[in-house]
Amino acid sequence: MKRKEKVTAYDRVKLARDAKRPHIFDFIKALCSDFEELHGDRLVNDDQGLIGGFATIDGVKALVLGHHKGATVEENMAANFGMANPDGYRKAMRLAKLAEKFHLPVVTFVDTPGAYPGDTAEARGQAEAIAKSLEFFAALKTPVVVVVTGEGGSGGALAIAVGDRILMLENAVYSVISPEGCAGILWRDGAKAPEAAAALKITADDLKKLGVIDAIIPERNLMAGLKKAILAALKELSVLPVEELLAQRYAKFTAMGRFG
Amino acid sequence: MAWFERKKEKAAIPQTKELWVTCPRCKKYFAKGDWTGICPECGYHGRMKARARIALLADEGSFTELFREVSYSDHLKFHDASGAYKDKVEATIAKTGETESVVVGTATMGGVPVMLGVMDFAFMGGSLGTGTGERICRAAEQAIAERRPLVICSASGGARMHEGILSLMQMAKTSAAIGRLKDAGLPYISVLTDPTTGGVSASYAMLGDINITEPGALIGFAGRRVIENTIHQKLPDDFQTAEYLLAHGFIDKIVPRKELKAFIVKMLHYFGF
Ligand SMILES: [Zn+2]
Repeated sequence: MKRKEKVTAYDRVKLARDAKRPHIFDFIKALCSDFEELHGDRLVNDDQGLIGGFATIDGVKALVLGHHKGATVEENMAANFGMANPDGYRKAMRLAKLAEKFHLPVVTFVDTPGAYPGDTAEARGQAEAIAKSLEFFAALKTPVVVVVTGEGGSGGALAIAVGDRILMLENAVYSVISPEGCAGILWRDGAKAPEAAAALKITADDLKKLGVIDAIIPERNLMAGLKKAILAALKELSVLPVEELLAQRYAKFTAMGRFG
Repeated sequence: MAWFERKKEKAAIPQTKELWVTCPRCKKYFAKGDWTGICPECGYHGRMKARARIALLADEGSFTELFREVSYSDHLKFHDASGAYKDKVEATIAKTGETESVVVGTATMGGVPVMLGVMDFAFMGGSLGTGTGERICRAAEQAIAERRPLVICSASGGARMHEGILSLMQMAKTSAAIGRLKDAGLPYISVLTDPTTGGVSASYAMLGDINITEPGALIGFAGRRVIENTIHQKLPDDFQTAEYLLAHGFIDKIVPRKELKAFIVKMLHYFGF
């Protein structure tokens, strides 16, 4: 505990954003024995900021979805640094519907500064795409396990984070707004981001206490621990009848922010 | 230009503010007595207090407020540069007479029983807090139980930062509850009024079976300045307006305020209510 107390919320923000932190394809490589990426929203585009495909995790077949920040400058640019477009959320829904049809669970990896704030994203309905994702995943008739691996940036993160079990890496953060954005508005000074980060309560420990996440995944021996946690969650959820699964998911999210 | 000279003569700004209204959309000035909340020049429909909009939409005397006891939560003991959230929100409550950014209740519209929710931008910028989300969730659940159509008029800058991650979670909560209402065969009519942005546009406001708005309303996800800084370009004046949303296919119809109630009732009639 003593060691942990020295790490500030803003230290975690920096760790969560570290370019050397594993990204979606590192997780897939370490956790899945095979992976077949599938592309496109069947409407206008194949967003690079949010990717998906079918995978096998220790013999369990599943759909994997995740934000993609990119490992090289070219990838960063193509993927908008993991800031998904509406097309990305629509692709995620298309693939998740397919998973539901064939009774495959969904595992999502959340790591985004936020949904892409661009003119083309607005023109194609960023708000509608996120809203629809929230409604869609709340009612998806197959288990959904969410892993917040790096930056859980606001609505763009939440759009693929409505699920039955929410796991979060020790140094990941998850917030309603970036500390810089919050500091800019409420402190009128973006440099007060460390104060904002502390006030917003965005670390895994904070979120566990607030009942937003189910488990914290230690980053020492990360991949082995994460794999074990994902498989345990999938196993627990696989025995639930669909009605019970959806009732529990609904109860989980509607209880959040309910006081007294 | 008479008004301009007069304004110059009287240097006292508060007095000028009392006499003149600027249209937020076309920036033209009007004498306060001439301003009805709807711009005679550009047609922009100004913001309305929740109670005034309820009076506009609900049949006279039919509105019964629900869940007024559900209010804000200061679970983070949030403080920023200008002080404590608790003090700010208590001041807002004292000023507005509202206890949350949405007022919900049962009503009839043209004789049709409905569940009505109206957001008030004057309450913390119409921000989506835990109390807001809880009221909307309960309203949707009670609407399902009583087989009432749901009508929500949104006006919001987005999620309420002061309540942290639990504010964000209200986007999921309200969307889940409204999804259940729609699955139960009940209509949800969403009225996106000026402004509807951020976490509210990206949750229940965009999920209407029918999405309607008023002329000139600002509707979008990200803020104009954030987008301009991202793409390094100036955005056109009509960006994120009701008219822009209609042209891009996200709005069923732009309905002037004086026709709003009749339009909603007509839709409910089509749906068999
Ligand atoms: Zn005007």
